[in-house]
Amino acid sequence: MKLFGYKLPMMSSLLIWAVLWEIVGQLDMTILLPPLSAILAKMIEIVPTTSFLSAFGVTARAFLVGTGFAVAIGIPVGVLMGKSVLIDRLLLPWVNMFLSAPLTALVPVLMVLFGIGEQTVIITTALFAIWIIVLDTRAGVKQISSSLVEMAHSFGASSFQAFFKIYIWAALPEILAGVRIGFIRAVKGVIIGQLLVSVVGFGRLFELYSANFLMEHFWALLLVLFFAAFTLAEGLGYLERKVDYYAASRAP
Amino acid sequence: MTSQGNTALKTTQDAPQSDIAVSVRNVSKIYGGAIHALNDMTLDFPRGQLTSLLGPSGCGKTTLLKIIGGLLDQTSGEILVNGKPVDGPGPDRAFVFQDFALMPWASVIRNVAFGLELRGVAKSEREAVAEKYIAAVGLSGFEKQYPHELSGGMRQRVGLARALSVNADVLLLDEPFSAVDEQTRRKFQEDLLALVENEKKTFIFVTHSIEEAVYVSDQIALLLARPSRVSEIIKPDIDRSISPDALRRDPVYLDTVERIWSSLRSYVE
Repeated sequence: MKLFGYKLPMMSSLLIWAVLWEIVGQLDMTILLPPLSAILAKMIEIVPTTSFLSAFGVTARAFLVGTGFAVAIGIPVGVLMGKSVLIDRLLLPWVNMFLSAPLTALVPVLMVLFGIGEQTVIITTALFAIWIIVLDTRAGVKQISSSLVEMAHSFGASSFQAFFKIYIWAALPEILAGVRIGFIRAVKGVIIGQLLVSVVGFGRLFELYSANFLMEHFWALLLVLFFAAFTLAEGLGYLERKVDYYAASRAP
Repeated sequence: MTSQGNTALKTTQDAPQSDIAVSVRNVSKIYGGAIHALNDMTLDFPRGQLTSLLGPSGCGKTTLLKIIGGLLDQTSGEILVNGKPVDGPGPDRAFVFQDFALMPWASVIRNVAFGLELRGVAKSEREAVAEKYIAAVGLSGFEKQYPHELSGGMRQRVGLARALSVNADVLLLDEPFSAVDEQTRRKFQEDLLALVENEKKTFIFVTHSIEEAVYVSDQIALLLARPSRVSEIIKPDIDRSISPDALRRDPVYLDTVERIWSSLRSYVE
């Protein structure tokens, strides 16, 4: 972007908001919004502590296992829905329903089913991520040209080979888009799970900080979470752009 | 071609060689219980020859080819390949697709070797075979390119090399040159004649171009629709030893084109 003939560096809008935040914070208008500099200082202070690092470890593990399940189940289900009209008719209403459902309201039910523990947090995370992965994979498979599938069939591909050598690759741009959005939703999922279920990890820290009005701590934690999610999304976005040329070249 | 001591290239059948490679016996295809795409069709394809299925759109020529290839199931009747009934695709037949059907994420060599990859042939072995056929279709030097970097004609050469590299007895070509421009198309037809000569395989070729059919075929099955049937078998008696340019001006060639057109014209009108 250019302003008055000067090329603005990337993320310069963030700088403007950072300055504004600092000013409002220094004016001491509300307890909810401490100055940004104080938050950053607090971040440097709390990140190396063992309680923070163990909370980070617990949250990261629940996140990775949850999204792992969402990917490992979501992609095959999406491929099956894209391939088979019968399975598609059967599952699509449920996928659409859960995509728009307020999953937070489901967490108490999950607690009854799976107990108060890490298991329920992982399931909550997976439930936040999986539906968009299923839907995007399904959309990707639906646009695969039928002759590519016939080609694999005519050269003797088994269903297993067709899945790993044709469907996954031909639908890769859509699958990656789904995984990226799914991961961002899973960040929400893991924190909500930890807040409502077992009160461990980052969820426990959020609870602790907000209950005691430790707003510097609270914002520092939120910033850490934001950077983690941002890095993750950017990494997947980079992969997505790398395979983007398919979209142009795969049309028959 | 047979000098290569390659297990992947071993032919799959030991049955006594008859003169008929593919035999279509009373095959019917009915879509949705009402649309008769094929109606009790019987047709033989002589070994080592190129037979064209020629006809107007809607005569069921692509349907017949896909049934022979095992990509569609017939409603009744049977397909014999080397005397044995077939059901579904098999290593004795290889398909060349109208829209090429290349994998855009794979290089030329991986595309060509894909049939062998699916059979579990080791990488070095299948790439050696692929390289040989990439050279045979005139694409040496393009092994590491991707399909989107090639022209339409070159992409179809990749499709042809892929079908050749699995060493099937029968090659099924579904309007392979229809998505290719006219100049490339002519060169392609000439190369196809050389391939039929060198590869000693049975080619079944779907086209809607009369000139193309007469130019490349040993035998032409003229198909008509409603009801779909084989209306005529034509064996163009053309001396192929003369140059391609002379051939296109050859009186026998021109007469055959004219004769097919007059059969079709009465049908179209």
